[in-house]
Amino acid sequence: MAKIGRLGIGLLLGILAAAVLFPVCFAVTGAITSQWELEEYLAPVLGGGSGMAKWRLLPLAPTLRSLVELLLDSPQFFAMFWNSIKITACVLAGQALFGVPAAWGIARYAFPGRRLVLTLCAVLMLMPFQVLMFPEYLVLDGLKLLDTHWAVILPAVFSTYPVFLMYRFFESIPEAVLEAARIDGAGHVQTFLKMGLPLGMPGIMSSMMLNFLDSWNMIEQPMTFLKTRSLWPLSLFLPEIGLGDAGVGFAAAGMMLIPALLLFFLGQDYLEQGIAAAAVKE
Amino acid sequence: MRKKRKGQLAGLWFVLPDLAGVCCFALLPMAEVIRRSFQSAVTSQWMGLKNYREVLGNTAFRLAAANTLKFTAVCIPLLVVCSLLLAVLLQRMKQAGKLLKSAFLLPVAVPAASVVLVWKTLFHSNGLLNGLLEGMGGEKVGWMTTGAAFWVLVLSYLWKNLGYDMVLWMAGLAGIPREIYEAARVDGAGEWKCFTKITLPNLLPSLYTISVLSFLNSFKVFREAWLVAGDYPQQSMYLLQHLYNNWFRELAFDKIAAGSVLTSAVVFGLILLLKRAWDREERPGQ
Repeated sequence: MAKIGRLGIGLLLGILAAAVLFPVCFAVTGAITSQWELEEYLAPVLGGGSGMAKWRLLPLAPTLRSLVELLLDSPQFFAMFWNSIKITACVLAGQALFGVPAAWGIARYAFPGRRLVLTLCAVLMLMPFQVLMFPEYLVLDGLKLLDTHWAVILPAVFSTYPVFLMYRFFESIPEAVLEAARIDGAGHVQTFLKMGLPLGMPGIMSSMMLNFLDSWNMIEQPMTFLKTRSLWPLSLFLPEIGLGDAGVGFAAAGMMLIPALLLFFLGQDYLEQGIAAAAVKE
Repeated sequence: MRKKRKGQLAGLWFVLPDLAGVCCFALLPMAEVIRRSFQSAVTSQWMGLKNYREVLGNTAFRLAAANTLKFTAVCIPLLVVCSLLLAVLLQRMKQAGKLLKSAFLLPVAVPAASVVLVWKTLFHSNGLLNGLLEGMGGEKVGWMTTGAAFWVLVLSYLWKNLGYDMVLWMAGLAGIPREIYEAARVDGAGEWKCFTKITLPNLLPSLYTISVLSFLNSFKVFREAWLVAGDYPQQSMYLLQHLYNNWFRELAFDKIAAGSVLTSAVVFGLILLLKRAWDREERPGQ
């Protein structure tokens, strides 16, 4: 009896998981389906045909044509793809340069005002973009950075969520280990570089992983701060491709999806640790 | 174990560069926004609470705020309960559990923009979801044109966040010592009793964090709304971010300033409220 129950639950969860995976599979197979096949399935949605839209999980004639066309014939796509990469890379580099040392400082030193800084981090990380949008606009306007890539990079570099996350990891390093390094004569910077960075690496990786997904997925920020189309990242370009150009649309979406999926499969453990780090109670 | 004060001060050098950036890009301009919320956008004249009164009386603001609140009230309990069930069930499975966990977590990594065509095909009135409904003998639903648009948001949000919350719950579950369960089983406690008397009370501390994070992520659902429906969606999908974008275009900076201050006050207030509520519940158990 219990066995049947367990089997039933397993089956139910399996169906649910399949439903969750469906949109992702849809997007991936869409990228290798030819334009005519897409048009046939999606005709009712496009307004051309009667009946309902259909979908095959495996296309009749899988083809890389849409992808090749996209890569060879649309310089616009390349520009936006490059913009996305540039923005993401700069945000990650900035976080490494500013966020990592800050997290280390908060975690390992009892300087005056530390509690205040930590509270500040926690409160700011809880503020949604709806709240931060206008303050960020004022600064960017003042610094004449609006409508440049810096307008989306800099606020993201100084977001406090990654700092808070890495702080959690750095804090869990046992003091005795660092003490040993200090007795051996390592200074503050050396302790950080030689001990802190390697020991806190899981935290840094987790935070970078979440950061990457965030920056790669950025929509509200570029939408508000970038007026010039040639500066847009992929995430603003994709919605402009209607179902009429489904072939190109799915191919472009695939190009955006694949790096994120690759990273997910390579670093799922880091991602889980990064998410879970917030759940540990203070 | 406190060390010399001088040594501790060195920590400031690690923190200061980042802190300067945070002050420059968040703290100082936030103060400026609070100041501006009391001023006229054109003449910078002191207006008292006039901007706030105007924002609160604005029909678009009321619609957006009501939608946002309704969305939060529906989604967060739903998400928190579903993800808890999922976490508890998956944790007892072995090999299959790992696979299923990856499946549920995958949407966290999927950029919203890359599935916009999928969403459009799913929720079109002749789309896949309606096809499925008709196939099961149901009726077509106007997902994008009627109040059902609200449920498109709910579904997107659940899809995206189920795995995220599940991982958070699993972290909480992993922290409960196995011995407690073993002791309870020896005393003859059944599955259900173990769940209600051991699992739930022990997860209470996680509940606060999970609710707050789910609340925060609920603001990001604007992405899906904008991607499938553009700047002027069906009105049950109209969110605060839509409104702020419109005000932004009209350069209605006084309204945005007052709106931002109100939003941050509500966010902050809700978080504090939740914290107090959980703290109170936790105490008797200790």
